Amino acid sequence: MDASMFRAWIHEAARLMVDNTDRLTRLDSAVGDADHGINMRRGLQAAVAMLDETGPSTPGAVLATVGRALINKTGGASGPLYGTGFRQAARTLGEDPEVSAARLGAALAAALTGIQRIGAALEGDKTMIDALSPAVTAYQAVIDSGGDLTDATRAASDAAVRGLKQTVGMQARKGRASYLGARTIGHEDPGAASTVLILSALATVTAASGRRSERPGTGAAS
Amino acid sequence: MKKLINSPDDVLADALVGVAAAHPSLTVNPSDRYIVRAGGPTAGKVGLVSGGGSGHEPLHGGFVGYGMLDAACPGEVFTSPVPDQILAATRAVDGGAGVLHIVKNYTGDVLNFQMAADLAADDGVWVEGVVVNDDVAVENSTWTAGRRGTGATVFVEKIVGAAAELGADLASAAALGREVNDRSRSFGVALTPCTVPASGKPGFELGEDEIELGVGIHGEPGRARGRLVSAKEIVGVALDAIHADLPLSGEVLVMVNGLGGTPLIELYVVYAAVAEWLAGHGVWITRNLVGNYMTSLEMAGCTITVCRLTPQLTHLWDVPVETPALRWGR
Repeated sequence: MDASMFRAWIHEAARLMVDNTDRLTRLDSAVGDADHGINMRRGLQAAVAMLDETGPSTPGAVLATVGRALINKTGGASGPLYGTGFRQAARTLGEDPEVSAARLGAALAAALTGIQRIGAALEGDKTMIDALSPAVTAYQAVIDSGGDLTDATRAASDAAVRGLKQTVGMQARKGRASYLGARTIGHEDPGAASTVLILSALATVTAASGRRSERPGTGAAS
Repeated sequence: MKKLINSPDDVLADALVGVAAAHPSLTVNPSDRYIVRAGGPTAGKVGLVSGGGSGHEPLHGGFVGYGMLDAACPGEVFTSPVPDQILAATRAVDGGAGVLHIVKNYTGDVLNFQMAADLAADDGVWVEGVVVNDDVAVENSTWTAGRRGTGATVFVEKIVGAAAELGADLASAAALGREVNDRSRSFGVALTPCTVPASGKPGFELGEDEIELGVGIHGEPGRARGRLVSAKEIVGVALDAIHADLPLSGEVLVMVNGLGGTPLIELYVVYAAVAEWLAGHGVWITRNLVGNYMTSLEMAGCTITVCRLTPQLTHLWDVPVETPALRWGR
């Protein structure tokens, strides 16, 4: 995966945030303060604008730029949480121009660790962690069994969707939703929903790239 | 939604223009979105920075000035400010003695201030933080993000602001802020919800004769929905909850704070009940505030905050202050 593919990922994620702004905001109005869709759209659009403006040339630089944009344009808790995730992932990738599927797995794991370090949420707290954590595990399982980038990102995206569905039965323990207590049960967590969109964008972009590179003698596992 | 605005997206920007025009003692930085005292940092004085979502005016911008804050960082309505904004304000008020961040305990505020503090440290600015969490309505904090910061924020800003003016260093200013927070408790009640301009709809619903006991300053739910009863009975619920959490005795500072949609005459009715309840429990109000100091847009209702005073805290409360929303002694 090179820098252009990482940029394509963020463009696709921003497109999905625009398409899902109202849905995310609706989810947030049930358990929070009804601004998650608006905030995430603002953050991802700022990330795209900053990428277009600065044209970072390595995958690590792309993710660092995205992290900085999200931290400073999203607002609320989501900005620092997602921004830290992208920045930790960027740190893992260093300045390499090309990233293997295994390295991307390490970057996703670093994002998870970074988000949990500042947000202190565990699985089951009804947060973005409930989508991201199973996604990281599923991604690694595919890599460990010899799968390629396309398979791994698809598995991560599917696991995130399953994690999102499980948040419906959970009671929120973190963030402003926690003050609603049992009234949060029965609703999908908006943070887990936006995590699904980001991981789904990654799977879409790697699948498109995998199709392009499917020629005899070449694999998609890079 | 009926509001005196030009456009829901421009409320904060337009209000900051108004703040700058109304108060020559303040300087507003419109691009980085912070409010500072005109005239730059005070050399050798600890700088005090607070901030949070807008919609709680006069908190925090109205408390920028001599004896209180050096800067305030307003976020979008009910949305925390972002790190670059807080970092810019922190740099702007650093007079060489370090900067104290006064942060209400909401996940977004805590995370954004922490990130700004880390960035400031990279620049060589010494930053300490005080997290205010005085709201007794949040009972089970292992199941929540912890107690919310409400009325005690005003006390922390005033008392630590006075100490900083008198030359307190950063460590003792931070310790004092934590002491004020530890000695203070709040309880809020809502009679009506409020509407965030960008959403256009009330954040929650209350029946004609319903009230939310223990409401948060963004309309977060409290301990229970109840029937609208007399002010004396509501005050009894609030002070019972505070007293159960922090037994009250001796001399106290009390704030009866309107949430934005309650007339002052009702706040005085509430204050009378508070004074009566406390006197009945052998507690003496020696300092007080009655008015709108920390609002929740146009919500009707009030918060009651009690701080157990010490001679030092009383002395610092009495130090002159000169801000748009709080001023005496100068």
